[in-house]
Amino acid sequence: MTPRLTRRRFIKSVIFSGAALSSGAGFYLASAQSRAAGGVERLVSLNINGRTRRVDVMPQETLAHTLRYKLGLTGTKIGCNRGECGSCTVTINDVTHYSCSTLTHSVKGKEVMTIEGLRGADGTLHAVQQAFIAELSPQCGFCTPGQIMATVALLKTNPRPTRDEARQALSGNLCRCGAYDHYLNGVMRASGQLS
Amino acid sequence: MTYKLLGKNFTPPDIEGKVTGDARYAEDFKKEGMVFARLLTSPLPAGRIVSIDYSEALAMEGVVGILTTEDLPQPAAPANPSFASDEITFLGQPILAVAAVTEQIAENALEKIRIEFERRPFVVDPLDTLVEGGPNPYLKGNTLVRTGGAAAAGTTQSGTDVAEIKWSRDAINAFRAGRDPGPNVPWGNEWVFGELDAEFAQCTSIVEEPFVTIGQSHHALESRTGMAYWENGRCFFYGSLQSHTIAIPALAGMLGIDPANLVFINENTGGGFGGKIFPYPVMAVTGHLARKINRPVQLRITREEEFYIGHARAGMQGWMKLGLKADGKVGAIDMIVIGDAGSGGGASGPGAANFVSLMLQPNAMRFRGVSLYTNTTPRAAQRGPGENEMATALSPILDKAIRQAGLDPVQVRIQNAPDSSGTIGPQRGELTGSWFPQAIAQGAEMFNWEERKQLSGRRNGTKVTGVGVGMGYHSAGASGFDGLLRIGTDGKVYLHTGVGNLGTYSYAAVVRAAAEALKVDWENCEIVRGDSSLHLPWSTFQAGSNTMFTEVRTNNAAAQDAIRKLKQIAATDFGGDLAEYDIDGQRVFKISDPAQGLTYAAAAQRAIELGGEYSGQTYPEDLNAITSRSVQGLAGTGLIGVAKDARHTGTVPSMTVGFMQIELDTMTGKYDIVDYACVADCGTVIHPLGFSQSMHGGSVWGVGLAGYERLVYDTQNGLPANVGLYQAKIPTYLDVPKNTQHGATNIPDPQSPVGSRGVGEPSQGCACAALASAISDAMGGHHFSRAPITADMIVNHVAQLDHFNTGNLKTNTF
Repeated sequence: MTPRLTRRRFIKSVIFSGAALSSGAGFYLASAQSRAAGGVERLVSLNINGRTRRVDVMPQETLAHTLRYKLGLTGTKIGCNRGECGSCTVTINDVTHYSCSTLTHSVKGKEVMTIEGLRGADGTLHAVQQAFIAELSPQCGFCTPGQIMATVALLKTNPRPTRDEARQALSGNLCRCGAYDHYLNGVMRASGQLS
Repeated sequence: MTYKLLGKNFTPPDIEGKVTGDARYAEDFKKEGMVFARLLTSPLPAGRIVSIDYSEALAMEGVVGILTTEDLPQPAAPANPSFASDEITFLGQPILAVAAVTEQIAENALEKIRIEFERRPFVVDPLDTLVEGGPNPYLKGNTLVRTGGAAAAGTTQSGTDVAEIKWSRDAINAFRAGRDPGPNVPWGNEWVFGELDAEFAQCTSIVEEPFVTIGQSHHALESRTGMAYWENGRCFFYGSLQSHTIAIPALAGMLGIDPANLVFINENTGGGFGGKIFPYPVMAVTGHLARKINRPVQLRITREEEFYIGHARAGMQGWMKLGLKADGKVGAIDMIVIGDAGSGGGASGPGAANFVSLMLQPNAMRFRGVSLYTNTTPRAAQRGPGENEMATALSPILDKAIRQAGLDPVQVRIQNAPDSSGTIGPQRGELTGSWFPQAIAQGAEMFNWEERKQLSGRRNGTKVTGVGVGMGYHSAGASGFDGLLRIGTDGKVYLHTGVGNLGTYSYAAVVRAAAEALKVDWENCEIVRGDSSLHLPWSTFQAGSNTMFTEVRTNNAAAQDAIRKLKQIAATDFGGDLAEYDIDGQRVFKISDPAQGLTYAAAAQRAIELGGEYSGQTYPEDLNAITSRSVQGLAGTGLIGVAKDARHTGTVPSMTVGFMQIELDTMTGKYDIVDYACVADCGTVIHPLGFSQSMHGGSVWGVGLAGYERLVYDTQNGLPANVGLYQAKIPTYLDVPKNTQHGATNIPDPQSPVGSRGVGEPSQGCACAALASAISDAMGGHHFSRAPITADMIVNHVAQLDHFNTGNLKTNTF
């Protein structure tokens, strides 16, 4: 982080960079105000859920805001907007990231996967999604997309985790409802260890 | 009784949206032309605004409007206003809102607003305002009084005022030192039953202990964002509440409109835990601002703002004297609770006292309490308000008396636990039914208590084992709401519910009671909910663990009404009396000749042809106005089943017991929860996986209350120190029990048509009590006198530095 982009300034700017999807005029108005002299390219191509998406991105914009407010992918939730809760978890090149704390410009050329990208082409739910339904894993559901993305990433590297390994892997995802046991049951079922 | 649907798992219709991201929460809704609002909030814990100049902000490009106190009705203190001006009572209190085409512009505009504040003295510890000469959190005083007065127009809180109550410095000093403050102090609430002194005289084991429980934030992961717009005098409001139709009159009142002109949409709610039961003040900002600027407005609440305006559990500073007789019977209890209601909230002393009276069934008991305001975040109901924090405080005190008497903690709890003849509170109110002693015995067997208790105090290097047991309770039922369903000409049963969607799936579990009564396949049912324009009935608030009791009653009432109409239609067409007809297989038919009958689809068509009550052209006069309007909206579209539920009698007790084993590291104060077993006496379990979710989720909340979560304020400036989730700190995967077992007595409540009660709140109470008990056990019976019991407190105790832990009954701090 450069001296000009202090943590405080970064947090403040990312919190309020949620330009309106439905209010295009307002968005460009804000963008013009935020343009940095000699700043980065604004119109970028992103690989989101296997598709190339062209999107106008402000220099300080977070991936969570791009996903939700530019691309309409509202399955990614913003619970804290400061890297504490994990509700905004997505995978970037199969590794989990808090999208609220990831600058969109940093994911150019990388594969971003959100909860909306897990279904098969025929609409079939991902094995993790099916397992989480079977185990009634979500309660209020607000943290669920993040829990699922964290599980998907875990099973990519560790297809048959122990319950304790799963606890560790998901420990960056808070659930205020306290559905941890049911999420872990979902992980065990998705990995074929619970029938 | 054997059921076809109830007691079996099912796939709630909203769960797929939760795992695919399709589920919509308030912030996920957009509207063409929508603008964004930001709040300007108070940087002071107490004071007033001398002047505001927002002209420069209003002139900024992209700013479309500003809402101030001049635009909103002002309720009298202690009701929290949507905006504060003359009387700021907590840091983070909203002052005004700016709407702009982007959030960034709105935020930039806030920085252009010039405000001159005047500071006032503030207070964060209730005892600091209770003491003579101490500052008052409100201009008029520090405590709630009830006047019975009406609420101001456009506001909801009625019948309350602020008064002043003070104790002498000697009384405060005595109380802070953990003693009864003496006979000459005023109380806000006081009751007694039985012969207190005489009962204490017969007790052989008497303990006197102070206790402190510090409030903690609800911290629902979905902050209380809202979006609103107006069309032709109607407000369309997308909100985040636990409840649905019961919120409509209050929200309409805040907006100054007839409830008929409010469409409230709330398909999913990202957590509430008591903090979103009813409309909250900031909802008025969204609605009024949208009307003022005639644009759709989204007001997104940040995590930090959620801490300020999102409510918290009330705190307690208390004292208890508890006496056991030689045989283990609780003879007498004397307890005091100084309740911390924060700014404009409610304290929980009376609920705490009722909890104690029920759990231990003492022969005599006295409660004395004062509810005090402080300049801290507003308090509201939070999962078992009063009961769960009291459970945490009570368990180690009871254990101390039991240890002193040389008795077994489980046997004493079984001996004193209420059965169906038990009573609650000073009125000694009756229960609908209780099998709690059996629940405790069942839990003890599940946990293998007799063997596990032998592990108490076992050392393994720096680690020591502790075992504990705790009890939870919440009143889990109401009655008198409306049920509504429609049988369509497609033969489907449309189950309408206005109960809200907190995330427990109870909204779905309870409508299955209607499907069960109608003997209809679940695949032929559809739940109608989430949008008041879909014609929803007047339903209970989704809180207080009451949905499972209250709404099976309403759904059963609607189903019975539909069954009567089905039989009447069949009798009209095929002759005979209602008693000659029955239903099954989605048909109504003559018992003596099943060929004579109608499918539900055909009966719905006949209902439309017959009109009148059959298709909702007429309806019972005792329905709530919201239900009546919904029936009017459905009239002529099928067979309508609609009825107002009758009243039940007695308290509906949902009770739990939890057993916990921990391994506590005396070097770090940290502990692992090795095993946890919990059993509920909550009637018939009608949705096993939902029941499991409640019991396991409650245990996580219990760990948070007893071990981690608390409000922390800087006493010099009144600044909160833990506005985020990390500092709060809510439990993670790594903090909760490694192994949890749950069970139920599964004995039906006699006043629920299918025997069910809720369990969401007591499931926390037994866990926090069990953890407090286990920590105390690991420390050789030491009573920490406060919750949460944090690692630093444990380390201090091990180092014999307890004065850092318990001194002065301090609260809202480390």
